[in-house]
This record gives sequence, C-alpha cells and structure tokens, in this order.
Amino acid sequence: MNLTLHVWRQPDAGSAGRLERYEARGVSPDMSFLEMLDVVNEGLIEKGEAPIAFDHDCREGICGSCGVMINGVAHGPMAGTATCQLHMRSFRDGDEIVVEPWRARAFPVLRDLVVDRSPLDRIIEAGGFISIATGNAPDAHAILVPKQDADSAMDAAQCIGCGACVAACPNASAMLFTAAKVSHLGVLPQGQPERDRRALGMIAQMDLEGFGGCTNYGECTEACPKGISLETIARMNRDFRVASLRARPESAAAAGAP
Amino acid sequence: MSTPLAFARSTVGRKVIMAVTGLLLVGFVLGHMAGNLLVFKGPEALNGWGAFLKSSALVLWTVRLGLLAAVGLHVWAALTLIRLNQVSRPVAYAKRVPQASTRSARLMRVGGIFLLVFIVFHLLHFTTGTIHPGYTFSHTDVYGNVVSSFQVPWVALFYIAAMVALLAHLTHGIWSFFQTMGWSHTRYNPARRVVATVVALIVSLGFIAIPSAILGGMLR
Repeated sequence: MNLTLHVWRQPDAGSAGRLERYEARGVSPDMSFLEMLDVVNEGLIEKGEAPIAFDHDCREGICGSCGVMINGVAHGPMAGTATCQLHMRSFRDGDEIVVEPWRARAFPVLRDLVVDRSPLDRIIEAGGFISIATGNAPDAHAILVPKQDADSAMDAAQCIGCGACVAACPNASAMLFTAAKVSHLGVLPQGQPERDRRALGMIAQMDLEGFGGCTNYGECTEACPKGISLETIARMNRDFRVASLRARPESAAAAGAP
Repeated sequence: MSTPLAFARSTVGRKVIMAVTGLLLVGFVLGHMAGNLLVFKGPEALNGWGAFLKSSALVLWTVRLGLLAAVGLHVWAALTLIRLNQVSRPVAYAKRVPQASTRSARLMRVGGIFLLVFIVFHLLHFTTGTIHPGYTFSHTDVYGNVVSSFQVPWVALFYIAAMVALLAHLTHGIWSFFQTMGWSHTRYNPARRVVATVVALIVSLGFIAIPSAILGGMLR
C-alpha cells in the first residue's frame, strides 16, 4: 500500500506547528498504525530529519499511552480500538490520512503528536483511590460484592486513561474519563467511605484543569477504545448531586489529615 | 467542601441547574400549549381562560417572576458553559468527523439563542402588546390578538420556525435532563429517548397547529 500522510509537526510546546506531507510507500496491510509510523520515521532518520514523535508503550491496547486523531476520528476508523491496535487494512491503497495530536486546552502539545496528559493524573490524585487497612491480606471474600456491581465496576475500570474522550468531545471535556474513575470505585462497597469526597474532589479538579463541560453529545463513548458507557457519566452526576447536598463541612482537624 | 456557590461554579452543578430549570420550563410550555388550544373552542373559551389566569395578581406575578428566574438561570448556565466549551479547545482540528452526536444536540446552542430572541419578541407581542403588526392590541380579547396577528404571514411563519427550534431543543434537552440528573439505567434508557421525542412533538405540534390553522383560514 502507498499512502499520503499529513502529520502535525511541532518542535516543542512553545513553537507553532503545521501539517507536513509525507509519502508512506510499501506499507503492509498487516502493520499496525504505529508500525507504519515507525517505517516512515526510519525513512526520516535516514534522510537526517527529525522523526515524528508519538506516545506509545505496550502496543497491546491496554496501557493508554498511544492515541492520535486519524482523519478526524480519535484512534482512527475502527471502533473499540486504540491507535496501536488499528491495522493498516482499515485503509485503502492511495488514501490520504490526516494525523493530529489530541486537541484540548488542558492537553498542551509537547512535540508533534505528543500531548501532556498529566491533568488526568491530577484528577485521579483528587479522589481516585480508596483507603484500606494495611497488614495481612484480607480473606478474598471478606467483603461481599454482588456480581452485577462487580461487573459494572469492571466495565468502568477498563478505562486506560488514553484521553480519546477529551479529544473526541466537541467541548474537550474529560467527563467520560472522570466518570469512569468515579463510578468504578463508587459502585463497590470498598469505595463507599470516600464516595462523596471522591465525586466532589475529582470534578473540582477536572474543572480546575480547564476541560470543557458535558453537553451529552456522546462522541466520547463512541471514541473510547474500551467502550466506557455514558451511564458512567450519569452515575457521576448523581454522586455529585447527592454529595453536594449531604457532604458535611470538614473540621479543621480532618482537613489537616491526608 | 460543598457550598451552593461551589455547586454553581462547577460544570456539573451548572448542568443540574440547567436541567432543573429546564424541567420547570417544559412543564410550563406543556400547560401553555394546552391552554392555547382553547382557541379552537372559540373566543369565549380562550378569553375566559386568559381572564382566569389573570384573576389573582399575586399568583400571576409569582408565576411570572418564577418563570423569569428559571429562564434567567437556564440561560446563565448555558451561556457560561458555552463560553467555557469554546475556550477549552483553542487549536481546532484540521479534520474532525463527528461520530455520534445527533442533529438536535448540535443545534442546542444556536437554537437556544433563537428561542431566547423569540421569547423576548413573544412577550412584547402577546403579553405587553408593544409589537402589534396591523391590528389594535387588546388586553382582554386574547382571541382577537391571536387571530389578527397570525393572519400576518411573517408573524405566523416566525412562530412556526420558533416552535420547530423548540422541537429540536426539547428532543435533546429532555433526554439530557435524565442524564444530568443521573437517571440512566439500561432498562429505561430506550424509554428516555421516546419520552423526550414524544413530549417535544406534543408541545411543538400543539403550538404549531394554531398559526397554521389561522394562516390556512380555518380560524377567523
């Protein structure tokens, strides 16, 4: 296959970027999208040019490192797939492909296709955890979890934090990510002690990071490589609403505790 | 940790404010539409209903101020969130292909602003009588006002256009209401779409029937 790429090139966060045209020749349909970029990069290195920078790690669709906008669709044309698991057989010989980084105020471009997604980490820090007793491992069934609750928690926990929801959202909103993390812990008995603080804290941090708001377009769930559903956002909204009504002001002593 | 101010500042809190005020306004337009249909029963029925609504100044002004407050909060939440959403992606994509959003969802902003313009016109037209194209406005002859104004084609067509905008607005808005309030459940989610579409159709078609009938010469 021979393809024409239009790739966003930007030397660093402070510089202006633009789309550059590259010809990808002799691409195998069995290559992944990232392998195709690897081949293009080899050509660039041989010519003495800077290779296209992009994030990647496991290339198995489970780490959440990779992710680019491919022809206007987050992670490209194949549903339920991260960029690394997208194969070139999804394209046709002679196709023109526009490759851009995730675009959001909260995700500044660091270089080429690499963006800074640390806002997602800070949202987790603001409440995406539970408190547990340390010491001996508890008996596996010490806390009973209904099967359906375990299932919906695991569905939400599939989120790999790639940021495709932010990238696909017309408002650059991180609601689906935050909702996955809030509701993954919120449906489990282990997540109950911090449930109110979690919803309030994570949403406050999400707003602080400069993401947009939710307008229920549904673009996020369509782009999500793990198919996280809009129901998680509804669950987070409910947790937030309930927590806003019943959360008590924290005492000075409690506020000092970690 | 959570104060009313923090709630109103939060993107999710503002959506809840928009959802709750939106529900109040949906209730209002349903009642408004049902009352308006009395036009088909004749001048006495409609004028009698109008006089009844104005019979207690206290109730009338409580409802009016309540509705104005609901519209004010709804628009404030919408405009501030639209502004936030506009600045949240400073660099646009060279190419972006929407995958899932419905037309009614994409029309919320422009349609909502159109409806706001319409509401101002509507109050000046039928409540205060400031705008009265080609006839004399009467505070008691509601029927006469309605029939004379909708005989003017641009007025009737403007009303119909606004009600088509309301159809789109409610189709997404009512569905969105459940989502924002956190009422999502796989068993009931298909019904959410149906309820939203049916209520939106009832409201908008009920309203549209009146200018259409007058423009078509069925009521005079």
